[in-house]
Amino acid sequence: MRYIEQEKVIRRMNGRMVINRIFQGFFMFATALALLALVILLYRIVSQGAGHLSLEFLTNFASRFPEKAGIKAALVGSIWLMAVVAPTSILLGVGSAIYLEEYAKKGRITSFIQMNISNLAGVPSVVFGLLGLTIFVRALALGNSILAAGFTMSLLILPVIIVSAQEAIRSVPRELRDASYGMGATKWQTIVRIILPAAIPGILTGSILALSRAIGETAPLIVVGIPVIIQFLPEGVMDTFTALPMQIYDWSSRPQAEFQTVAAAGIIVLMVVLLFMNSIAVYIRNKFDKSY
Amino acid sequence: MRTSVQELIAKSKDKKSKKIIEKLIPILLFLVASVSVLTTIGIVLTLIIETVTFFTRVPLADFVLGTTWLPFANSGAQFGIWPLIVGTLKITGIAIVVAVPIGISAAIYLSEYASDNVRRIVKPVLEVLAGVPTIVYGFFALTFVTPVLQSFFPEIKIFNAISPGIVVGIMIIPMIASLSEDAMSSVPKSIRDGALAMGSTKFEVAWKITVPAALSGIIASVVLGLSRAIGETMIVSLAAGSTPKFDGDFTGSIQTMTAYIVQVSKGDAGYGTTIYYSIYAVGFTLFLFTMAMNILAGYMSKRFREEY
Repeated sequence: MRYIEQEKVIRRMNGRMVINRIFQGFFMFATALALLALVILLYRIVSQGAGHLSLEFLTNFASRFPEKAGIKAALVGSIWLMAVVAPTSILLGVGSAIYLEEYAKKGRITSFIQMNISNLAGVPSVVFGLLGLTIFVRALALGNSILAAGFTMSLLILPVIIVSAQEAIRSVPRELRDASYGMGATKWQTIVRIILPAAIPGILTGSILALSRAIGETAPLIVVGIPVIIQFLPEGVMDTFTALPMQIYDWSSRPQAEFQTVAAAGIIVLMVVLLFMNSIAVYIRNKFDKSY
Repeated sequence: MRTSVQELIAKSKDKKSKKIIEKLIPILLFLVASVSVLTTIGIVLTLIIETVTFFTRVPLADFVLGTTWLPFANSGAQFGIWPLIVGTLKITGIAIVVAVPIGISAAIYLSEYASDNVRRIVKPVLEVLAGVPTIVYGFFALTFVTPVLQSFFPEIKIFNAISPGIVVGIMIIPMIASLSEDAMSSVPKSIRDGALAMGSTKFEVAWKITVPAALSGIIASVVLGLSRAIGETMIVSLAAGSTPKFDGDFTGSIQTMTAYIVQVSKGDAGYGTTIYYSIYAVGFTLFLFTMAMNILAGYMSKRFREEY
């Protein structure tokens, strides 16, 4: 007597295998679609903008004439902006992370701060713009300066930096701390001389990725009131300025078709800056990736 | 004369400056950590105070119940929020229709089917997709997706809800895919192996084991994606137009809450005008929407989490 009817099993199994194949194809297709979107996006922008890229594009100011329009003020403005955002956000972010990981006692206040950070990460950037407009531009009377925009951006990326710094600090092994305490070091000495040096690659990687988000953000700058047409370079943090995404936004929204090409060229410059920052982050991650 | 170790220790213990530093640092760091809390308080207070000023000029009922948004009218400006909410929901709806099937499929593919090599390539590319600035997506929607759509459906206008909706969807795919994949990868391998040993196909494992077990994480990722789509600003500012409309039309120009804030900020709405305060009222509404979504996502991933 046969307990298993092989024929029946095979027939049923075949059907299930076919369904498996069909869905595998579907899932693969969907993944490929997402990747294809990136390829089309990059191809379109490079093919549209590459023709307008030249040394003059980098050294000219904005202009009414598309062929003369350049990105100098925006590029320099974005660098100034980063010069404010980087120290502000990294100092605040790493300081907060050290407090939360090393000093804070597990309790209501700590979990409240932690919950607050994750909620802050979900607030739309345009709302941060409103905060910056009220507090920095009006209440502290910083006007539409690099400092006002820089502080607004710093607060925007602060949650990202705190969370990545916390992860970096948490991954420093316990034995290192214990050894340091065992040698008689105080808490602060341990943090400065042992924990931070060990955590710095992770902190830097997270910070650079956060900064590359800040350099591409447009909405808060518009709300804070950063102008677009600027014919001079800023000389200090209280000067007004324009930034890469602002300039690209202005060119994109102009009706003349020629300006679309200029906008695409601007996007290439922005993407190259982003690529550069991301490669540094990846390099740091790989170079200093010590696994304890 | 040589000092002994004990004397050195005693000397260093006596150093007052060191003691002060050890006491001061935690206080200083606590102040730094409270900046993030102050930011939240700042956002909420700013929005509330300016919104209250707005409501001294425009009755609350008109704002909450009104279906006409005509802020720039010279006489008889109307501030009914619904057209802006409807615009936002149109964009969000299309974005979700695009992003959820693709994002979750990609997550299933990566966690159940893909080899390590494929994963090593696909995941960083998705990260790149997530890192593209939204202004670039906006440019893409305006100069590529809209013309392509127009060549198939001539009735679509230059500014419409469909093209930015699709592109917002593309923008949130990486977020939904990577968060869902995280949730699926955290389902223990032993359960999967058990199902495979019982003769399940990979699809049956994914559909009957992994997805149900990771459902809380998947739903949370979708809700977070929703929140991102609601708050998305530059794509809709560039490609969706600036016509607040209270209807079901997707082919013509619309306006979202975020796009209205940008439109006013770009122009010269003088400080203290009703229009100036209206961006805070709209911003507050936007804040409430995204806040609700974020809280819902947090609740979902906690409430329905299966512990293994």
